[in-house]
Amino acid sequence: MATVVYKVGDDVSTDVIYPGRFMATVLPNETPQFAFADDATFKSKLKANQHVAEKILVAGNNFGCGSSREQAASCLKGYELIIIGKSFARIFLQNAINLGLRVVICPTIEASEGDELELKGDEILNATNGQRFPIEPMPRSRQAVIDAGGLIPYTRQKLEKLAA
Amino acid sequence: MERGRKIERDSMSMTVVEKILARASRLSAVKAGDVVEPKVDLAMSHENAALVINQFLEIYRGTSLTPKVWDASKIAIIFDHRVPAESPKTASNQKKVREFVAEHFVQKFHDIRGDVGGICHQVLPENGYVRPGSVVVGTDSHTTSHGALGAFAFGVGATEMASVWALGTVLNVEVPPTIKVVVTGKFKRFVGPKDLILHLIGKITAQGANFKVLEFHGPAIEQMNTSGRLVLCNMAVEAGATAGIVPADDETARYLREEASVTGSIEFVEPDVDATYEQVIDIDVGQLAPQIACPHTVDNVKPIEEVAGRKVHQIVIGSCTNGRLDDLAVAAKILKGRKVAPNTRMLVFPASGKIYRQALGKGYLGAFMQAGALVMNPGCGPCLGVHEGALGDGEIALSTTNRNFKGRMGNPNSEVYLCSPAVAAASAITGVITDPRKGNN
Repeated sequence: MATVVYKVGDDVSTDVIYPGRFMATVLPNETPQFAFADDATFKSKLKANQHVAEKILVAGNNFGCGSSREQAASCLKGYELIIIGKSFARIFLQNAINLGLRVVICPTIEASEGDELELKGDEILNATNGQRFPIEPMPRSRQAVIDAGGLIPYTRQKLEKLAA
Repeated sequence: MERGRKIERDSMSMTVVEKILARASRLSAVKAGDVVEPKVDLAMSHENAALVINQFLEIYRGTSLTPKVWDASKIAIIFDHRVPAESPKTASNQKKVREFVAEHFVQKFHDIRGDVGGICHQVLPENGYVRPGSVVVGTDSHTTSHGALGAFAFGVGATEMASVWALGTVLNVEVPPTIKVVVTGKFKRFVGPKDLILHLIGKITAQGANFKVLEFHGPAIEQMNTSGRLVLCNMAVEAGATAGIVPADDETARYLREEASVTGSIEFVEPDVDATYEQVIDIDVGQLAPQIACPHTVDNVKPIEEVAGRKVHQIVIGSCTNGRLDDLAVAAKILKGRKVAPNTRMLVFPASGKIYRQALGKGYLGAFMQAGALVMNPGCGPCLGVHEGALGDGEIALSTTNRNFKGRMGNPNSEVYLCSPAVAAASAITGVITDPRKGNN
């Protein structure tokens, strides 16, 4: 069981997830401090849920639209959040998968902050309201990267194979 | 070219992007949904090369292999996002990139300079680095710009780029379906490519082309110069598109020869007449009015009459969208001999050093300054709110850039409206959003 700790609407851009003025900070271990920097409730909600084992961010359509900045994915990865979105912008989705950030595409998801969700193979059960929502499979092209745990280990394996 | 002819003979009809991906993947044909690993012809980064370097070295960590880029002649690094550096942190990142460039012999490196510097999406085309039919990846979402030259160009993240630097291919690309956009009619005076793309984004929404390609056709596109096509493809990503593309034609060849000093053969890749499109969108620009994208999404587009009269505090002309010579020309013509309104400030950012020098020679920059505008150095400037030209609380900007997301110009308590250079210039004189077709313009 995982808990929804933060909920956002449609078209949340990378400028909102990771404002441009912090873009000089690039290293994945340094970016989490600036996640949703212009919304003070993000950090307070995470703090209030610090003992929750699995934390979920629920998003609407087109989450992560805009810039290709990878900080938008690495800053969320730093909190080990699971991102459940109705849909994702292409570059953000790829960045998330490349970095091993857990993302779930669920076009009909309905959940509020505080709800308990159970992620089953192909559906999400909202245990708080009893509703079930089907999960859409990841782009087929990305499954191998997900299985490898991210693009860095995937590319590393590929290079080692080429060198062997 | 051998492989090109083979594709032409193939029974399977393809879109431009399908043809480019087939060739780059050494396949006779591909179709939307296929998973391929295309070879990359050009791999572009800007300041975020600092993160690419970090991820690149990470790939090799714990292996017996020595980090080595696959082809130093195909990597381009252009400093543009914060030039000159606004902080010690940025300056140190840029230093780190310079050291990598020297160590790995990266050849297409454009430092902070007035001769060869500028915004990456202007530097690439004006140096002839982008060729029709090529595969271009860039760690910038507006890499879609380069579709204007008939290339398949798309944005990726830094880790994806690190993988390209190591392997020379993009791993696991799903061939995107294509939406055909057919544009007819003749633009009215003071209406142009920016108004067309804003209108299209408003029509299909910010995710209307997510994971898809926008392929532009029709008489209005044939008559449009490369500068205008760059505007369309640049903002294709604002509809979520993986790429925008204008199939290469005589204008593409003219641009490459005359403006990018390209010699040698230029090959066109054209779609098959019976290629499969997911959707066809027809637009007649004959009656199109100037369009404005209102806060805080690029698809919140309205014809100018619905927002005219709104007070603006900062006018910005520039960026990879509208910082080229013809953009500056139309704005300078409107502003010449006039004054920027009191309590309104105007910032002009030519897209490259080359454009800056051309605009200087033609007297545009002098006209801007005499009107009261500030002419800044080439670069991304205030577009992404990281460097200069930030907005105050409650202030409103009217800008020729490409994004109006909350906080985009450095302040979440401000608003950004997007428009064409003509609207920006006419509005600078009045201090309110103004239709350039009205008054003495």
